[in-house]
Amino acid sequence: MRIGVVTFPGSLDDHDARRAVRIAGGEPVSLWHADDSLREVDAVVLPGGFSYGDYLRAGAIARFAPVMSALVPAARGGLPVLGICNGFQILCESHLLPGAMIQNDHRTFICRDQRLRVENATTAWTSDFERGAEITIVLKNQDGQYVADRHTLDELEGEGRVAFRYVVDGPEASAGASAGLAGSAVRYDRFAGRNPNGSYRDIAGVTNERGNVVGLMPHPEHAIEEGYGPSLDGLTFFTSVLRSVVNA
Amino acid sequence: MGNVVVDVMLKSEILDPQGQAVAYALPRLGFNQFTDVRQGKRFVLTVEGEVTDEVLAAARAAAETMLSNPVIEDVVSVRAQPPAAAPSEAAPQA
Repeated sequence: MRIGVVTFPGSLDDHDARRAVRIAGGEPVSLWHADDSLREVDAVVLPGGFSYGDYLRAGAIARFAPVMSALVPAARGGLPVLGICNGFQILCESHLLPGAMIQNDHRTFICRDQRLRVENATTAWTSDFERGAEITIVLKNQDGQYVADRHTLDELEGEGRVAFRYVVDGPEASAGASAGLAGSAVRYDRFAGRNPNGSYRDIAGVTNERGNVVGLMPHPEHAIEEGYGPSLDGLTFFTSVLRSVVNA
Repeated sequence: MGNVVVDVMLKSEILDPQGQAVAYALPRLGFNQFTDVRQGKRFVLTVEGEVTDEVLAAARAAAETMLSNPVIEDVVSVRAQPPAAAPSEAAPQA
């Protein structure tokens, strides 16, 4: 099972994405932004990072890279594509997914372990999850605020196309720390009571109508191995797609 | 040599974190009269020769396909820049 991972100028997480593919049991294939060949892969990951410096808008220039001229029609034809962070931004700019990403509403970069709820467990990249399951993977971004007009948001929710939502903790999550409870394991959480980047309706990831294209802001490829990252929840994205490719 | 100026703004319903940061900082300098700030982008596209209708049409197409994202931004104007006062051509070449 050949899973391509595209490297753009400024991609950061392409190595981790290839490692995740390998650990899940697939064969990682390097794809290059300036090459218009997909090398006959069975699925593609657009990794995180800052393609083309995120100049203009995050993902705006990567959208017009030669590799995208091959990827966009293939994705419309059903090829499984996962966009992580910058990859999600590129999928939005390419109009393979609706909406857009803008700067975090609090204007600061964020890096933390983030809980998500799986809202759709029928896509090519989420089929090994249970719907409603809570997972914890890494979130790290500057331009992570998912926005779209109300009509688009209603349509996404009505069609079950919100793939992941941020789990928003109640204000009590930081109560232990602010009350000064000695030995409390609860740390102050400045994002208690709200999602970590201002995303509309707490949306962390979405899918297209067909369920083959999925984009999300947090990073499954950083949560695949014991001793690294907050969980092994990220591995399920990759086992899901390997199974969906076999079944296709 | 001619220039086309393209102005792009975030749609009014989209939050503008950069504009907000500026809005919060202005009162520190005593500017208390501004209730909101929106920050946009200006592109200056240069062509050889004059800015013809074809050049303007191409600039408009570029503005709508790449310079802006219609999901979050509006192209508020695409116009030829009036020629500036001629720069001094007497500057010696290094």
